[in-house]
Amino acid sequence: MSKATASSHRTTRGRPQLFTSYAQETAVFNTRVKRNWVLVGILVMLVLPFFMQRDMVALITTVFIFAIGGIGLNLLTGYAGQVSLGQAFFLGVGAYTAAVLGGESRSGVIGLGWDMAIWLPLAGLVPALIALVLAPLAMRVRGLYLAILTLGLVFIGEHIFKEAKPITGGAGVGRAPADPVFLGFDLFANQTILGYRIDRFTIFYVACFIIFVIMAFAAKNFARSRFGRSFAAVRDRDIAAEVMGVSLLRTKTLAFVISSFYAGVSGALLSIVIGRISPETWNILLSIDFLAVIFIGGLATISGSIMGAVFVVLLPKGVNAITPYIPGFGGVGEGGVLNVFELQTIIFGLLIILFLILEPRGLYGLWLRLRNYFKAWPFSY
Amino acid sequence: MDELISSLVRGLGLGGLYALLGVSFVIIFRATGVINFATPALMILGAFFTGAFGNAVGLPFWLSVLLGMAIMAIIGMIIERVALRPMVGRPAFSAATVTVGIFIILLIISGRLIGSELLTVNDPFGLDTVIVFGATIFTVDIARFIVALVAIGIVGLFLARSRTGLAMRATALDQETSLAQGINVGRMFGLSWGIAAAMAALAGALLTAGSSGIETTVALVALKALPVIILGGLDSIKGSVVAGIIIGIAESITRTYQPIYAPWLGANFDVIVPYIIMIIVLMVRPYGLFGTREVVRV
Repeated sequence: MSKATASSHRTTRGRPQLFTSYAQETAVFNTRVKRNWVLVGILVMLVLPFFMQRDMVALITTVFIFAIGGIGLNLLTGYAGQVSLGQAFFLGVGAYTAAVLGGESRSGVIGLGWDMAIWLPLAGLVPALIALVLAPLAMRVRGLYLAILTLGLVFIGEHIFKEAKPITGGAGVGRAPADPVFLGFDLFANQTILGYRIDRFTIFYVACFIIFVIMAFAAKNFARSRFGRSFAAVRDRDIAAEVMGVSLLRTKTLAFVISSFYAGVSGALLSIVIGRISPETWNILLSIDFLAVIFIGGLATISGSIMGAVFVVLLPKGVNAITPYIPGFGGVGEGGVLNVFELQTIIFGLLIILFLILEPRGLYGLWLRLRNYFKAWPFSY
Repeated sequence: MDELISSLVRGLGLGGLYALLGVSFVIIFRATGVINFATPALMILGAFFTGAFGNAVGLPFWLSVLLGMAIMAIIGMIIERVALRPMVGRPAFSAATVTVGIFIILLIISGRLIGSELLTVNDPFGLDTVIVFGATIFTVDIARFIVALVAIGIVGLFLARSRTGLAMRATALDQETSLAQGINVGRMFGLSWGIAAAMAALAGALLTAGSSGIETTVALVALKALPVIILGGLDSIKGSVVAGIIIGIAESITRTYQPIYAPWLGANFDVIVPYIIMIIVLMVRPYGLFGTREVVRV
């Protein structure tokens, strides 16, 4: 890079929207405000668990894990335009890879008890490898055909999970997940660090947060690379992209493989939060959850996937908080109009529909509207 | 031999169900280009209404089936008007995701409507059997097959012969041109959803007939119609019938013989046979047996 472009990387103070080079505009943080707020956000999230209830800490850990899987699905569906209902299958493969490599050998299930530094990358790589094998098949079909194909994958996967008893423990029984021991340091046990006692939920929260931040940045960076832009080209007009020299097969395969890598890591971490994993966990409803993450959050944005994950994971908590004030709703049994779980699911479905109809850009789109409103304030344009 | 005949007939019964559900998918796909993932929930809701008319009101089985279909047709049209019409002109997968949202809402509602008590559809078949060539055959399977074929035949005749059917086919071919010819395209979309929901309701009633009662968990059976339409071709009604029967028989035969000859494939392997067939079809012939090959312009 020449000297002139290097110096123009500095943003002019007070004019954050003035971009003097393409590299500057496509940077991960193209404005200083963005970078600073993200730094503040990361710091806040690191401090937060020390001031929260234990169940909230666990819940927000789940948010990070869902965000990882959501980012993966968004790379495939949002950026590359390939709709997949198969995310649950790859989450399951990741979870069982981790459990076999990092779990304990107990009551008939295999467990090698390796370190997390080995099983975590492999929990991503094995699903990615399976995606690579399946890719030539998935790439023959496009659009809704792919959605149907991946739906079939979930059902076949569920059957295999139920039958492969030495790996999964079998239907209705399940097995214990991997032990998150990273280089000898147990991430899911109470620890004393520098004289402070830190409980295991907080430690695992921080670990998941670090993994999440790394993977989110990697995805953000990937999306602006040559490959990321070829994803968008394939999504917008696949034949035109091919004519321009973008290899369809290679691009779609890459999207499928990367998405499965993210799903695998997400599944491995999710299994630890769940505590005991049964083959029924990785069903079509989990896939729908991830679809909701990206459609509610916003397609083809990394920050949207994160917002979607926050929303989808925290929604049940929110509904629980509200129901006591609405007569006829709430409770856990048959009484009333709807119980809490039913209300949650219905709100969930309604939100998917409403977002698609009213704000296809999702929560990210709502944020853009809000930002632009205050940017132009007091004018409406 | 007896075993073969009874599993073939059971396969035909299943095939009839799959064909009905396949037609339900195909009709909506042809009109609007959307795969309706809400079909399983429509099926369960239809079974509920049939059961409600049969038990609570005490109407005869066939009348309650017809009423259930009519109610579901109206519900289908309302869903189309409220949730799917705004999605016209948007990417097909967005509209398909809307139907996923509808699926989970309707599934919860039907679960709540059915409640914890068993609800049968009050069918005349039950577990009655007849003996044909020494093989024991459930009458409900024969009824499923015949009723499904008759219903699909009526829909096929309606599409082929009636003026409205012609308008529906024109809409499926080219929406803008049909609009220019004076066809109310929106009404055709609604009608497609109405017919599709009614077919799903009929499938629900037939599925529940001969079983112990309606449960929301059987809803996922309807998703097996997806392999059917992949095999038959997404836009072909004839394809759904042929593929429905093929897949129904394949599943039934597997159920009879796989535990004997290939037990290593695991319990309930027959449930995923349709999906395995689908994957093979997608490898060999992605547009199905009777489907139109997709032509894309740059």
